[in-house]
Amino acid sequence: MANIMYWEAIQRAHDEEMARDPLVICMGEDIGVAGGTYKATKGLYEKYGPLRVMDTPISEGGFTGLGIGASFLGVRPIIELMSVNFAWLAMDQMFNSAAKVRYMSGGQLTAPCVFRSAGGAAHQLGAQHSARMEKVFMGIAGLRVVTPSNPKQAYGLLKSAIRCDDPVFINEHELMYNMKGEVPDGEYFHPLEGSDIARAGTDVTLFGYNISVHWCLKAAEILDKQYGISAEVVDLYSLSPLDRAGIKASVSKTHRAVIAEEDEAPVGVGSEVIAIINEECFFELDAAPVRVHSALVPQPYNHTLEKAAIPDHEDVVKAVLKLFGKA
Amino acid sequence: MKIEDKKRVLREMVLHRRFEERCYQAYIERKIGGFLHLYPGQEACCNGVMEAARPGHDYVITGYRDHVHAIKCGADPKAVMAELYGKETGSSKGRGGSMHIFDGDKRFMGGYALVGGPFPLAAGIAKAIQLKGGDEIAICFLGDAANNQGVFHETLNMAALWKLPVLFVCENNLYGIGTSIERSTAVIHQHKRVAAYNIPADECDGQDIEVVYEAARKAVDHVRSGNGPYFLELMTYRYRGHSMSDSRGYRSREEEELWKQRDPIFILRDRLIKEGALTMADYEALEKETDAYIENEVIKFSEESPEPRVEDLEKYVFADRETQLPWLTGKAA
Repeated sequence: MANIMYWEAIQRAHDEEMARDPLVICMGEDIGVAGGTYKATKGLYEKYGPLRVMDTPISEGGFTGLGIGASFLGVRPIIELMSVNFAWLAMDQMFNSAAKVRYMSGGQLTAPCVFRSAGGAAHQLGAQHSARMEKVFMGIAGLRVVTPSNPKQAYGLLKSAIRCDDPVFINEHELMYNMKGEVPDGEYFHPLEGSDIARAGTDVTLFGYNISVHWCLKAAEILDKQYGISAEVVDLYSLSPLDRAGIKASVSKTHRAVIAEEDEAPVGVGSEVIAIINEECFFELDAAPVRVHSALVPQPYNHTLEKAAIPDHEDVVKAVLKLFGKA
Repeated sequence: MKIEDKKRVLREMVLHRRFEERCYQAYIERKIGGFLHLYPGQEACCNGVMEAARPGHDYVITGYRDHVHAIKCGADPKAVMAELYGKETGSSKGRGGSMHIFDGDKRFMGGYALVGGPFPLAAGIAKAIQLKGGDEIAICFLGDAANNQGVFHETLNMAALWKLPVLFVCENNLYGIGTSIERSTAVIHQHKRVAAYNIPADECDGQDIEVVYEAARKAVDHVRSGNGPYFLELMTYRYRGHSMSDSRGYRSREEEELWKQRDPIFILRDRLIKEGALTMADYEALEKETDAYIENEVIKFSEESPEPRVEDLEKYVFADRETQLPWLTGKAA
């Protein structure tokens, strides 16, 4: 096991896959000569050259469509959208071309591409650089959506996404690129479907994904030490499809659920997970499930307002205490 | 063009025209649903360019007015009509419809219904060709109105920057849905807009197939020789409305008649008659023969083919699950 950063894990997955298959390429703004805004493609330009590590013009719709077109012929492009906010400009191609081409061609064409993007609110980046857009991507037929919460997942999910014949959107987080964690020394493929139990528990299930897994883990620690509540933390690294069986299994065990997301409500992972709980194990519930989410506002610049707009582990603790009638 | 080729292409163009007219009839009979965009009037564009290219070898992509492009690349007219009928035997197994005809084996990469959407896809196909080192080219057929989308400019810039083997064919039929080019576009002659990107561009008459063919030969040679992209604008006209719900109230019948004086099929037919290679009786026989083929084979096949099974509703959303299990479950060998 190597203890490496999230960005290093992503870089390593790129490097291994590009060394293995000459049709794996990567493209995006500043990913080549500059090495990538978050260093996720560092050193690849020098190693694989400009034909395979493409510094693109700032034309998100254009270069995303270009990568998708190349994938029709078996090229496996890893397309980096520097910020998920810029992905709005590429969504026509991602949704109308990549996600639908297999279906509307009756299975003849497929778009095996990977879209990687940094989402989430960082520090005071304002309304147009702080978006969470999971809820938009997870509702698209034909598109897989995964979101790594640690370096191991960041490495293994990217490896699997490159190999998979379906288009995959990988939602990363601006605040997580320097997070350290254990990654297997040998080649490792994280499943694109399912969920991970990040911490086992018996009294309540805390569902999180990406950065909110860390709020849940911190909350579970506090709940255990200060309140004697045993919380299970389920990491929903696959947002599309969501792990119906995993959600059912955990809630059937704990009988209570809190879903924590950085995305805003209404519409999102929280509402979807609650719908699944209702469909799969409603009568197992001891209390109505609760969601913890951001306020529905364009992200404010002011530090205090920004902090108020986004939840954290304390909000998760509060939600759990409310479930137990302790708040 | 050689006489034999012209005679063969005339036969194809008559098939293309009669096929489209038969679609019109089937739509009126409610055998075909959805939107239907027909090609009559523009036949010399697709045929002239593809005579200069290599159908089935070069990759072709286009918009929603796509039936004839698919057939010209080698798609079976029966499969194309069955697609319009929504049948399992259709070129997209009934899942695509008129605007989404595909034939992967013939390298017809599809019809797309977002105006301008195929521009970057075509450049991507060219990028794949460049990476793989083949002698194919990508050919992108779109209308003039697509050039008002942002991706037109984004794609031209990238295609020129990376010297991609892609030929952009602009079929300038003077209307974007129901708005004339004068009312939507500051520059009527589209090839002028391309000059800004250092891409060689040419414009010619899109009604005379021999003119199109000569211009396309130069264009195809340029791209296939590794010189990067090329833009060819063909001045043409669609006889019917944008789609079936269009009553053509935005243009005069006189204008339509004027264009019909320069019908691409009649221009070729009359030239062959003048050259002594064809008689009017031959031509009339060809029309009858074509109609009989469409009725007895194409329509019959489409009528008799089965519907897709409802159980297969979700088939083709994702790749076959069994083949993807190592990545979906993480249990890679």
